[in-house]
Amino acid sequence: MDWTIWVEWLIKSLFVIFALLTGFAYLTLYERRALAKIQVRIGPNRAGWQGLLQPVADAVKLIFKEELTPAKADKLVFFWAPIITMVPSIVIAAVIPFGPTTTLFGRTIVFSVANINVGVLFLMAVASIAVYGIVLAGWSSNNKYAMLGGLRSSAQMISYELSLGLGFVTAILLGNSMNLHDIVDAQKGVWFAVVQPVGALIFMIVTLAEVNRAPFDMPEAEQELTAGYHSEYSGMKFALFFMAEYQKMIAISMIAATLFFGGYREFWFLKDTFLSVDQNWWLGPIYLLLKVVVLLFFMIWIRATWPRIRYDRLMSFGWKVLLPLSLAVVFISAVGVLLAQELNPGYIWLVPVVSIVVGLFATAMIDQALRRKSYAIR
Amino acid sequence: MSQLQEVSVDQYRHLVSERALTGETMLLNMGPQHPSTHGVLRLLLELDGETVISCIPDVGFLHTGVEKNMEAKTYQKAEVMTDRLDYMNTMGNNLAYVMAVEKLVDLDVPVRAQALRVILSELQRIASHLVWLGTSGLDLAAMSMFLYCFREREQILDIFELVSGQRMMTTYIRPGGVWRDVPVEFEKAVRDFIKIFPRRIDEYETLLTNNPLFLDRMLGIGKLDAATALSHSVTGPMLRASGVNWDLRKARPYMGYEQYDFNVPVHTEGDTYARYLVRVQELRESLKIVEQALNKLPLGPVRSDNRKFVPPPRSEIGTSMEALIHHFKLWTEGFPAPKASIYSAVESPRGELGVFLEGDGGPKPYRVHMRTPSFDNLSPLSKMVKGHLVADLVAILASTDIVLGDIDR
Repeated sequence: MDWTIWVEWLIKSLFVIFALLTGFAYLTLYERRALAKIQVRIGPNRAGWQGLLQPVADAVKLIFKEELTPAKADKLVFFWAPIITMVPSIVIAAVIPFGPTTTLFGRTIVFSVANINVGVLFLMAVASIAVYGIVLAGWSSNNKYAMLGGLRSSAQMISYELSLGLGFVTAILLGNSMNLHDIVDAQKGVWFAVVQPVGALIFMIVTLAEVNRAPFDMPEAEQELTAGYHSEYSGMKFALFFMAEYQKMIAISMIAATLFFGGYREFWFLKDTFLSVDQNWWLGPIYLLLKVVVLLFFMIWIRATWPRIRYDRLMSFGWKVLLPLSLAVVFISAVGVLLAQELNPGYIWLVPVVSIVVGLFATAMIDQALRRKSYAIR
Repeated sequence: MSQLQEVSVDQYRHLVSERALTGETMLLNMGPQHPSTHGVLRLLLELDGETVISCIPDVGFLHTGVEKNMEAKTYQKAEVMTDRLDYMNTMGNNLAYVMAVEKLVDLDVPVRAQALRVILSELQRIASHLVWLGTSGLDLAAMSMFLYCFREREQILDIFELVSGQRMMTTYIRPGGVWRDVPVEFEKAVRDFIKIFPRRIDEYETLLTNNPLFLDRMLGIGKLDAATALSHSVTGPMLRASGVNWDLRKARPYMGYEQYDFNVPVHTEGDTYARYLVRVQELRESLKIVEQALNKLPLGPVRSDNRKFVPPPRSEIGTSMEALIHHFKLWTEGFPAPKASIYSAVESPRGELGVFLEGDGGPKPYRVHMRTPSFDNLSPLSKMVKGHLVADLVAILASTDIVLGDIDR
C-alpha cells in the first residue's frame, strides 16, 4: 500500500466531515428561514448578509454557555451519551458516494470515503447505533421527562428499523448489488423512485422517524416532555445532540437520494449531454447537494404543517401499516425483477403499477380504519 | 410571622395510589413551569408507563387577590382590575363587571353603546378563540397554526388600540356606556377584518379539520358527557360540545343580543374534537354578529347622561359649574350604590362569566366575587384524562381553554 492512498483518504474524510459540519450549521439557518417563510415571519436576517453569520453566532453562544450536570445523574453515561449520538451521524456518511469513479493525477479515484461492497449493511448498522445515545441520555439524566423521551425513542426505533431495512432491501433488489456505487450506477436511466414509488415513499416516512423529525419527534416532544431526552443538557453537550439530529437529517437525505433518487447522477433528461456526470465528474457533488436540499425542504415543510402523531399510534402505524406494506413492496419488486430477467425487460414496469395499486389500497384501508367519515363535519 | 408547621408525608399519602408507594407507577409533576399547562398550572400525575392513572390539578400560583383589592376601590376605579383577570377576554370582563354595576345602581345604556359593546366583545371572543386555536395547535406541534392565528389576532388588537388606546388592558366599556365614541377609522378597520377573516378560517380548517393526524389526536379523546359536565358546572363551548345547548347570549339575552341572528353550535360527542369544532364554528358566528351590529350601528350618544354616575364630557367642564362639581365628585369620591347584592353574567369565550356585587350604600363595593368559567371548566380534568396518554393530556388540557389569570384571580 503506497502512501498516497493515505493522503487520498485524509482528503476525502476531511471533505465529508467539513461538508457535514458546515452543512449542519447552514441547515439550521435554512430551516429557520424556510419555516419563517411558511409562517409569514422574516426569520433570522441580522447577523451578516441575509443572516448568513447566524450559525456562527449560535455556535459561539452554545460554546460559552455553562454546562450543568445534574447532581444525581450518572456522570459517566451522561458525558458519553451525546458523543455516542454524534459520532454515528458523521460515520454514516463514509460510504455514501458523492461522485463517479474517475481518473485524476493518474490515479483512479472513488468518490466515497470507503467503497465497501456491503455498503448498505454498513448504513443499517451505523444508523441503529445513534439511538443508544438517546436512550442513555434519557436514562442517565435522572429526570422523568428525559426518561420518558428515551423510552419513546427506543420503542420508536424498534418499530421503524424493520421497515427501514425492507426499504434498503428494495433498493438492493432493484440495483442487484449491496454496493452503493453500483446502486447509483444502476439508476443511470431511471431512478428507483420511479420504478418503486411506494417503496421510496415508505423509505422517506421511515427516515423521518429514524431521525426523530416531526411528525415523529416524540422523544423530544417539547409540548409534552418539555425537551425529552435532552432536557438536562446544556451548552456544548446539548449542541452535540443538536448537531447529531441535523447531521442525521443530512446523512439520511443523502442515503435517500442515493438509494431512490439517483444519488450523484444527473437528472434523467440530462443523460448523455455535457451536464452528465460521466462527462464532468465534478458535477456529481453538486447534483447530490441539489437533491439533498430538496429532500430537506420536504422535512422542514412537514414540520411546519403537521401535528405530531401520538406515540402508541406511531407504533401501530409502524407495525400494522408500514411493515406489511413494505413486505408487499419487497415482494412485488422481487417478482418484477425476476420477470424482467427471465422473460422480458419491459415487465419491470409492472412493479410501479402494482405497488401503486397496493399503496392506494393500504391508504383506503387506513382511511376506513379512522372511521372519520361518519363524524359530522360541517 | 406565620407559624411553621410540621408536615409529614403521611398527610399526602391519600393523593396517590398504593402502587406509587412501591415504585410501580411514576409520579410526575407537570408544571407550574411547563410549556403546555397554559400558564402556571401544576398537575400532579401518576403514570403507569405513559398512561395517566390520576391527575390532580393544583391551582393558585397566579393568585393576585383581585377580588379583595376591588373592595378598596370605587366602582369606577375597580374596573381596571377586571382587565387583569382573564387577559384573553378583557372587553368581556369589562362588560361583565360594568353590567353588574349598572344593574346595582340601575343605570341605562344608550343603544349605540350597547351595539359597540356587542361588536367589541364579539371581536374579543374571536381573538380569544384564535389564541386558543393557535396554542392548542402548538400543543399538538402544528406550529404554523400559532403564527397564523396570531396574525389575525393582531388585527383585532389593532382595532382595540384604535378605540381605547390600549391593545389588551382596554377598560373601554365603562358604567353607563363606553369611554368615548369610536374614531372614524373604526368602521373601515372592522370591515377589513370581516372581509378577510372568513378566508382565514377556511385556511385554518384546511390545515386541521380533516387532517388525518389531527383527527387521530382529537377523536374520542377526553370524553365528557353532559351529566358530568353539568354536575361540574362546566359552561361555554365545553358544555356545548357535550350536547347541552346553553348560551347566555340566547338564553338570557343582554345588550340587545336578541336582535342579532346567529346560531349556537352544539355537538354531542363531548370529545376534544367536538370542542374544536364548536369553537371554530363560533368564530364564524361571532363574525356574523359583528357584521350585523356594524351594519345597524345607530347614531347617538355613547354614554348615559345621568351625571350622578357618568362623568360629563370635557367640553362641559369649562362652562358649567355643575359639570365641574360632578366631575370632581365622581373622580374623588365616586358614586354611591344602594345596599343590595346582585349577580349578573355574560357569555365569555370560555363560558359563564358572572359578577357578584354587594353594595353597602357607599362608593366602594362591600364584596366582589367573580364566577370565572376557567375554574369550573378545569374541574372535570381529572375525570377526562383518566386512562389517556400524556400526549392526550396535553390535548385535553388545551381543549378546556383555561386562562390561569381567570382561575386564580
